[in-house]
Amino acid sequence: MKGKRKKAEKIIFHSEREMPMAPMSIGSMTFNLTGAWRNIRPVIDLDNCLQCGICWKFCPDAAILIENEYPVVDYDYCKGCGLCAEECPAKCITMEEEIK
Amino acid sequence: MKKVIMGNHALSYGAMLSRVQVISAYPITPQTQVVELLSEMCASKVLDAQFIKVESEHSAMAALIGASLAGARTFTATSAQGLALMHELLHWASGARLPIVMGNINRAMAPGWSIWSDQNDSLSQRDTGWMQFYCANNQEVLDSVIQAYKLAERFFIPAMIILDAFSLSHTYEVVDIPDQALVDAYLPPFKPAFRLTPDEPHAFGGLTSPDHYFELRYKLQKAMEKVPEAVEETGREYEKLFGRYLGAVEAHCLDDAEIILVTSGTAGSTARVAVDQLREKGLAVGNLRIRLFRPFPFDLVRRLLGRAKKVAVVDRNISYGHHGIFYQEIKSALYGFSSIPIFGFIAGLGGRDITPETFAEIIDYTLNHDVPEAEIVWIGVKK
Repeated sequence: MKGKRKKAEKIIFHSEREMPMAPMSIGSMTFNLTGAWRNIRPVIDLDNCLQCGICWKFCPDAAILIENEYPVVDYDYCKGCGLCAEECPAKCITMEEEIK
Repeated sequence: MKKVIMGNHALSYGAMLSRVQVISAYPITPQTQVVELLSEMCASKVLDAQFIKVESEHSAMAALIGASLAGARTFTATSAQGLALMHELLHWASGARLPIVMGNINRAMAPGWSIWSDQNDSLSQRDTGWMQFYCANNQEVLDSVIQAYKLAERFFIPAMIILDAFSLSHTYEVVDIPDQALVDAYLPPFKPAFRLTPDEPHAFGGLTSPDHYFELRYKLQKAMEKVPEAVEETGREYEKLFGRYLGAVEAHCLDDAEIILVTSGTAGSTARVAVDQLREKGLAVGNLRIRLFRPFPFDLVRRLLGRAKKVAVVDRNISYGHHGIFYQEIKSALYGFSSIPIFGFIAGLGGRDITPETFAEIIDYTLNHDVPEAEIVWIGVKK
């Protein structure tokens, strides 16, 4: 939970012989930066943060990291579902529209 | 040890001797005594296996898919409507390359409700990527289960052992039940090539893009293509230990046969008797019983039928709007290799008896026609 995840390389098969026989994952999907799907982004007001860790615990994508005892959103993977903002007891997370 | 047992129990003993580790089954109609005996074996600790009772055949196969993926040797049995309900999961088992072995009792599909034999239930699952073995006697049923694990676990393809309702499933025959030590020597424990384990996490059966799906199917087909030869090899290895040989087909009096019957299941052993009777009358007839239906043993069939003058395929099944299914297969196998006339007969649907007289009638028709009058020659329809 500390620090950003190391992004995996995408595995590319050049021949059926390189592939496993069954449909199974053989690497990590972290190369796929799903944060690009996001329409609204969580912004954390750290001044009002209670450091309770509820946002970290609830994030379905494990896209909230704890750095120096405070939550940090990993925007490479956050899809903007808003669960953290909904669950935050101090209401210090707001969802802001992404501007292209 | 020789015992007098029914075909259903031949499946149970085959599974027991193969030391299956997980059995899952739905116990209501159209289930048979296959899993009843296995549940007793589990309860009395004769067999050290988990017996999972589920709420449908769909779930029975789903449970085995999980167990097989975790590395267990798995078994279930079903029939007719139950097999149809499993259909989706049959694709899942073969697509995931899981060597599950299942017994299926060939019962005619409802409606009308039937517990009598025909092959439409299993032949409807022809394209699901399972090996299919059609058996002619109870000894073959037991031996086929053990051999099926050997093949399934070598190629990572599931296998279905198929037997006719009543004429095998509930018919008692003398069956040699081999020594466990001998079976253990033939069939070592299952060694999975991949496995669901926390030690090496993988996700299985996930979304597969067009970049990869095609190759996975190519690999399944390539593995299937190796099976017919391996069946002969596995059969010979089995013969060395147990003294009984089972190949992809059973040929009877083919060397000088002018008319060859193509049969499957118990009709295949009746045909053998019919051939012997007709030979006494001086007719040069023979019988080719197809045991391995999927993958189809093209090379053997071409070689063995090639010298005949006429071929008469007997189907206890029908593809509505087309023909008998074995008839289609034989025509497709011989296309481009032979131009001999191929006759397609349909007999015995829904458990109507197929007797030596049925075959005499079929041979009589084939002798007296240069080519069949229609793609389907019906035998025994009350007109």
